[in-house]
Amino acid sequence: MGFLRKKLDEIKRPFRKGEKFEKFAPAVNAFDTFLFVPNHTTKTGSHIRDAVDLKRTMVTVIIALLPALIYGIYNTGYQHFTQLGSDFSFLDAFIHGAWKIVPMIVVSYVVGLSIEFAFAVYRGHEVNEGYLVTGLLIPMIMPVDIPLWMVAVSVAFAVLIAKEAFGGTGMNILNPALTARAFAFFAYPTYMSGNKVWVSEASSMDGVSGETILGTLAANGNINYSMFEMFQGSIPGSIAETSTLWIIVGAIILITTGIGSWRIMLGSVLGAAFMGFLFNLWGANALMSFSWMNHLVVGGFAFGVVFMATDPVSAAQTAKGKWIYGVLVGIFCIMIRVFNPAYPEGVMLAILLMNVFAPTIDHYVIQGNINKRKKRWASTLKTA
Amino acid sequence: MSEKKGFTPEKTTLLFINNDSEPLFSKKNRALLTDPMDDNNPITVQVLGICSALAITVQLKPAIVMSLSVMAVMGASNVIISLLRNLIPNRIRIIVQLVVVAAMVILVDQILRAYAYDVSKELSIFIGLIITNCIVMGRLEAFALGNGVWKSFLDGIGNAAGYGFILIVVAFFRELLGSGKLFGFQVIPDFIYDMGYVNNGLMLLSPMALITVGIYIWIQRSRNRKLIEKN
Repeated sequence: MGFLRKKLDEIKRPFRKGEKFEKFAPAVNAFDTFLFVPNHTTKTGSHIRDAVDLKRTMVTVIIALLPALIYGIYNTGYQHFTQLGSDFSFLDAFIHGAWKIVPMIVVSYVVGLSIEFAFAVYRGHEVNEGYLVTGLLIPMIMPVDIPLWMVAVSVAFAVLIAKEAFGGTGMNILNPALTARAFAFFAYPTYMSGNKVWVSEASSMDGVSGETILGTLAANGNINYSMFEMFQGSIPGSIAETSTLWIIVGAIILITTGIGSWRIMLGSVLGAAFMGFLFNLWGANALMSFSWMNHLVVGGFAFGVVFMATDPVSAAQTAKGKWIYGVLVGIFCIMIRVFNPAYPEGVMLAILLMNVFAPTIDHYVIQGNINKRKKRWASTLKTA
Repeated sequence: MSEKKGFTPEKTTLLFINNDSEPLFSKKNRALLTDPMDDNNPITVQVLGICSALAITVQLKPAIVMSLSVMAVMGASNVIISLLRNLIPNRIRIIVQLVVVAAMVILVDQILRAYAYDVSKELSIFIGLIITNCIVMGRLEAFALGNGVWKSFLDGIGNAAGYGFILIVVAFFRELLGSGKLFGFQVIPDFIYDMGYVNNGLMLLSPMALITVGIYIWIQRSRNRKLIEKN
C-alpha cells in the first residue's frame, strides 16, 4: 500500500499548488480518492467522524442497483428471443442484453463524467461522486432500442441543466436521471413510446407485440401476462424497471444501510395502492379497472419509488415531510397513468412534480413544528 | 398641470430636438441604444416580456416580424408620450399611455394584415398582445415620461432591439434544432437524417424557450460578472 501511495504522490507532484498543472488538480484528485480515502478533515466547528462518506453512499446505491440491472440485461435478451420465437439459452439472452446495454452505460458515463470534470476544472472545485449513480440510472430507465446519441444528448442536458446550472451535486432541485428521461421522452417521443421500442431490434420484425402493459391498457387492449410474470419482470419495459422482485432486493439493501428512506418508499406504495383502489371502485376504463395490486408491480413505479423518489437531494428532508412527499408521489403516479393515457408512465412525472414541491413541504413541516413548540412553551408558562 | 417628482425642468418645446448643444449621437445617446443589447437587456436582465418570447419563437420569421413590430410600437409611442409628457396629468398617465400604445399596436396590426397576411395570421393574437408587453409600458413609465423626444426615441428603439435580439437568438436555435429549418428552408442536410438524426421535439414546446433564455442568461452572466447580484 505504501508503495502505491508513494507512486500516486509522485504522479500528483505537477498538479500541486503553484506547479505547472495546478488547474487540473480536481481531475487528478478525483481519481486519487477512488483508491485512497482522502485524509482531510473539516476545518472549523464541530464535526462527526463517520466511515460513510459521499463516495461510499453512492457505491452502496450502485450495489443496490445491480440486481435489477443484471435482471434487466437478461430480460432484454429474453424479450428479444421470445418475440422472435427462437430457442435460446440463459447465456444467449444475457449476452444479447449485455451487447445492447453495456454501450449505453459507457456512453452515459463518458459523456456525463467529461462534463463533470470540465466543470470541476473550470470552477476549481473537486469532482463530486453524484454522477456515479446518475450515470448508471439513466441507461437503466431508457428503452433498449434508443440510439446511443440520444442517450448522450439526454445525459448532457440532464447534467448541464438539471445539475450544473444549479451548482452541481447536492444543489439540484430535480432528480438528474429523471430529467434525462423526461428530456428524451418529450424530445424524441417516437423512440420513447409505442410498441416497438421496448423489445430490442424489433423495428425490423413483423408481428411483434412489444407494447408495455400500461401502453396496452391505455389503448384499451387485453394483457396476457400473469401477475407472477409482472412481479418477476419478464415483461417488456425500460431496461431495469420491469422486475419488481429484484428492485425489492435493492430496496432492502438501501433500507438496511439507512441510505434510502423507508418512509418515502412505504408512503408511495400506500398512496398508489389507495389511489388504485379508488379507481378500481370507479372502473370506467381498462386502466381504472386494472387491479391496484397490479398497478404496483407494472411499469416504472417500483423502480422510480425505490431509486428515484428517495434521492436524498431532491426529496423532502423532514420525517413528516417524507411521508407527505411519498404518499403524493404514489397518488399522482396512478392519477397520471389513469387520466392521461398519452403518458402511461406516470411515475416519472409524479416524482419530478413532487421534487419541485419538496422544499415547500419541508418549509411547512418545519413551521408547523415551530408553532407547536411555541404553543407548548406558552402553555407551560401559563401553568407555571 | 401637476408637478411630478424627479422631473428635471428643462427647456421644453414641442420641437423634435432640444436646443442644447448635445450632438445627435453623443456617447450618452449611443449608450441608450447599446445598453439594452447587453448590460440592461429587457429580457435577460430585467426579465420582462417573457411570455411573447415563449410564444412566437418556434420559427425565425415570426420572431423577426414580431421584433420589428415591437420596435415600431416602442419607437412611436415613446416619441408621442415624450412629446406629451408635460401635458399629461399624473393621475391618468397610465390610461394615456395605454391609449397611445393601443393606437400604435392597431396601426402595426393593420399594416401587417395588409402587406404580410400570412405572417399576420401566424402571429395572430400576439401582435394585439404587444400592448400588454411589459417592456413597452415599462419604458414609457421609466424613460419617456422624463426625457426628451430624441432620447426617448433612441431608448425605445434600443430596448426593442435588445428584446428582438433575444427573440431571434432563441428562435434560431428552436427552429434549427426543433425542425431542422431556418426561415422555413431545410438547412440540416438529408444525409444527416439518414444517419439517424432526429429533430428534437422538445424544442418546439414552450418550456424549451424558457430553458434557452435561461442558458443565454447563464452564458451572459458568466461573461459579464457585474450582472451577478450580490447578496
